Amino acid sequence: TQRPDSAHCHGADLRETAQLKALADAAWHRWGQLDGLVNNLLADYLVLDLCNDKGLLCGKILADLGADVLIIENPEGNPARTQPPFYKDIPHTERSLSWFYFCSNKRGITLDIAREDGKEIFKTLVRKASFVVESFHAGYMDEIGLGYTMLSQINPSLIMISITPFGSKGPYCDFQASDLILEGMGGLMSVSGDSDRAPLRCTTEQWHLGAVDAAMAALAAHYYRGNTGRGQYIDVSIQESLLWGMQVYAFWEMTKTRYKREGDRTSRGNISFKVIWKCSDGYISWRIFVAAMGRATKALVEWMDEENMAGNLKETNWENLDMNFLTQQDIKHWEELFAHFFLKHTKSELQREAVKRGLMLFPVADAKDLIEEHQLKERHYWEEIAHNELGDNLLYPGAFLKSDTGDLAIRMRAPLIGEHNEEVYVKELGIPREELLVLKQNGVI
Amino acid sequence: MAKALEGLKIADFTWVITGPLSTKWLANLGATVVRVESNKRLGLFRTYVPMAGGVVGVNRCGTFAEFNDSKYGMLLNLEHPQSRDVMQRLISWADVVVENFRPGVLDKLGWSYEELRKIKPEIIMARASMYGQTGSLATVTGFGTILQAHAGFTNLVGWPDRPPTGYSIAYTDTPSASYLAIGILAALDYRRRTGQGTYIDLSQFEAGLSLIAPCLMDYTVNGRITRALGNRHSYASPHGAFPCKGDDRWCVITVFSDAQWQALCQVMGEPVWSKELRFSTFLERKRSEDELEKLIAAWTVNYTPEEIMKVLQDKEIPAGIVREAYDLLDEDDQVEYRKSFKPLNHVEIGPFRYQLPPFILSETPPEIEKPFPCLGEHTEFVCREFLGMPDEEFVEFLAQGVFE
Repeated sequence: TQRPDSAHCHGADLRETAQLKALADAAWHRWGQLDGLVNNLLADYLVLDLCNDKGLLCGKILADLGADVLIIENPEGNPARTQPPFYKDIPHTERSLSWFYFCSNKRGITLDIAREDGKEIFKTLVRKASFVVESFHAGYMDEIGLGYTMLSQINPSLIMISITPFGSKGPYCDFQASDLILEGMGGLMSVSGDSDRAPLRCTTEQWHLGAVDAAMAALAAHYYRGNTGRGQYIDVSIQESLLWGMQVYAFWEMTKTRYKREGDRTSRGNISFKVIWKCSDGYISWRIFVAAMGRATKALVEWMDEENMAGNLKETNWENLDMNFLTQQDIKHWEELFAHFFLKHTKSELQREAVKRGLMLFPVADAKDLIEEHQLKERHYWEEIAHNELGDNLLYPGAFLKSDTGDLAIRMRAPLIGEHNEEVYVKELGIPREELLVLKQNGVI
Repeated sequence: MAKALEGLKIADFTWVITGPLSTKWLANLGATVVRVESNKRLGLFRTYVPMAGGVVGVNRCGTFAEFNDSKYGMLLNLEHPQSRDVMQRLISWADVVVENFRPGVLDKLGWSYEELRKIKPEIIMARASMYGQTGSLATVTGFGTILQAHAGFTNLVGWPDRPPTGYSIAYTDTPSASYLAIGILAALDYRRRTGQGTYIDLSQFEAGLSLIAPCLMDYTVNGRITRALGNRHSYASPHGAFPCKGDDRWCVITVFSDAQWQALCQVMGEPVWSKELRFSTFLERKRSEDELEKLIAAWTVNYTPEEIMKVLQDKEIPAGIVREAYDLLDEDDQVEYRKSFKPLNHVEIGPFRYQLPPFILSETPPEIEKPFPCLGEHTEFVCREFLGMPDEEFVEFLAQGVFE
C-alpha cells in the first residue's frame, strides 16, 4: 500500500549513477561545512521561491527561520502582487499588503523561466540552491523542461517542493481551484455555518495551510539530506492539508454518523454544545466542559453564584460528569442560565474574569481587538517595518514561534519588483552588466 | 523505503491535539516517538468521544486514535518521587522533548528547560501552549475550538446578517501542530551545525494569526476591520456554495473572469435570465448577487454535487463539492489515489483508517507504522529496549508504582 510515487522514476534511476553519486557526496560535504552561521535556526540555505499566492507562506517560513529565500517573479511581477488589501487602498503592484506580509524576509529577482535564456539562468541558480518551491498548476515545471527529473540531474541534493490544489498527479490534479473550492473539497466548510444555510468558508484564504505543511515536509527532507546528502521531490496537496483542518472524521469512521454544521453550536457524538454566545457588547466563545475540564464550568458557576444567578447549576458536579452520559435536555436547560448571565456582562468583563478564574472563555475578537490585546504587546508580537519608498512604517504580525536561538523577526520588507537583480545577477552570478541589459531588453529579466 | 527522520528520538509529553498531531507527523516521517502518559491524570481524549462500538474504555476513543498512531505508549507518573530516575534516562535517550501542558506544569514537576539541559545539554525542548510561555495570559487554560475566537477566525466565518459561527473544530490546533514540527526540525538543523540545543516557545494564538495576516495588516495600515462576507469574494461573482440534489448536499462554484461566466452560462444551457443586462458584467453581477445566487441555486438543485463538479470542471470553471468525512473517506477519487488514509487493525477497536500527512516525499514517503498505543502498551518495551533498563530495576519501579 505504498502511496503513488510522485517522483519521476527516471530521476531516481539517474541519481544512482556514479557521477551523480559523486555530486551528492560533494553536496553532503557542503552540508557538513555550513557551520559558520549560528544566529538563526536555519543557515542561509538558498531557497528559490517560484510561488504564487497559494504557496508564498512556505518560503516566508523558511526565510523567517534564516534561509536566504529568493522570490523569482516574471518581469511583469508576481500575480500575488494584485492581492488585496492595498496600502491606503491604492491598488498597485508595489502596494499589496498581502504581498508585503508573505514576502517579507525574501530577496526578489525577475526572471522569465519559460524563455530559453531564463531557463539557463534558473539552472545556474539551481546548482547553488538547497530548495526550489513552486505552486504552478500541476505538471507546469515538467512542461517547461524544469521538472524535478531535470533539476535533480543538475543538483542531486536539491529538495523540490510542489504545492498544488489536489497534488501533482491523480484524477483531480488538473482541476481548477480557488480557496472556496478547496475549503469545500477539504471538508472544512462542512463543519462551519448555520444549519439552515449553506456551509461557510473563512472570509480570508486558508489555502495557506498547504504552504505551512510544505515547509514542514521541506525541513523533514532536509534532515534526511543532512544524513545522506540525498535530495527529493515533495508533492503537497492543499486539499489534504485542509482535510487535516477537519479533525472529526473518527465520527464517521466509528459511528457512520455525519458530523453536521450547527452555527453557534458544536457536536460531539450525540450531544451538542453552544459555543458562540451574545454578551452585552458583542460575542464571546465558551462551552460547557465536564470531566477532566469540568473545573472551568464549576468556576463560572461560582462566579454566577456570587451574583445570585447560578440557580440550580450549583447542584451539578461538573468534574464528575461523563461526556458519554450527558443528555441534550440537561444541556439545554443549563445553557439558558449561562446565556442569561453572559448578556449581563461586557466582552472585556468576561475576558478579565475568565483569566482570573480559569473559565476557558474567550472573546470573539476582530482585528482591532487583536491589535489592542495586551498579551501580544507583552510578548512583543507586532513588528514595525520601514517602507522608505512609501515614506511610512507599517505594523506587521510577528513570528510564528519564539526560541532562544536567534530571532524570527522581520529583517527586511518584501522586495520591490526586481529589487535584487543587480545584486544576484551581477555580484553573485557574475553576469556582465551589458549582458544583463540585453536580457532586460529582451524581457527575460 | 528509507524514512526521512530515521534515528530521531522524541520524548512526547503532549495531549489533546496540537502536541500529539505534531509528534504523529514526525512519527509518520520516521521518528521514534514515545508518548508518555499517566493514568493518574488521563489525557482528555482517552475518555472522549466517539468510543468504538459505543463501549467506553481508555483504548477505544476515535479522536485519540486520529492523533496518536505510529507512536510508542508508556506510563510514567511524574508525581512519583522515583519517576525522576526514569525521566533522566528518557531525556538522555531523546533528541527532543515536546510538551503542550499549561505553562508551568512541567516546571513544577521539576522538568524545566534548565533541568533538562543538566541531563543533556544539547536537548531540544519544544513547548506549545495557548498563549505562549510568557505574558499575563500564559497560564490561561483553553481549547482550540474556542481559542479560534480570540485568534480572529470565528469573526471571519459567518453571514453578514447573523452572529459569526467560526469552525466547529479546534481550528488553530492544526496550523500550530505544523508550526511546532517546523520549529523542531529547524532546531535539529541548528543542532547539527552548532551542537547546541534550543528552546522553542510556540503560542497557538500567535501561530494562528499568520493565517489571517492580510486582514490584520488591513487594520494596522488602513484601519479597516474585515467582517465575514458569507461565501462571497470581492473579486468574483458568483462565488458561493449552492444546494444540490440529495440530503444536505452542496457544491461550490467560483467565477473570477468573464470567460468563466460565459462558460457557466453555456453549461446551464444559456437560460434567458443569463442574458439580462443585470448579469452582463462583473459589476452588474456583483450588484445583483442576491438574485444571481437564487437563479444559480435553482439550477444546481437539480443535480448532485458530483455532476456539477464534473460538468463545470470540464469547462475549466473552478467548482467542487462540499465534502464531509464520509465522502472524503469513501468517495473522493483524489484522496483514494493519494492513499491519504491507511486502515490498520487495533487490538481493541479493530480496523480504523489513519490519516497520512498531507504530502508525499519521493525518497522517504511518510507511513502509518502502527495503530495508536493502548495506555501503557510499551512501558516495558521502552524501558528495556530504548532506555536499557535491567529487568530487576524495571520490576522494582513497577512495584513502587512509578509506571502508573
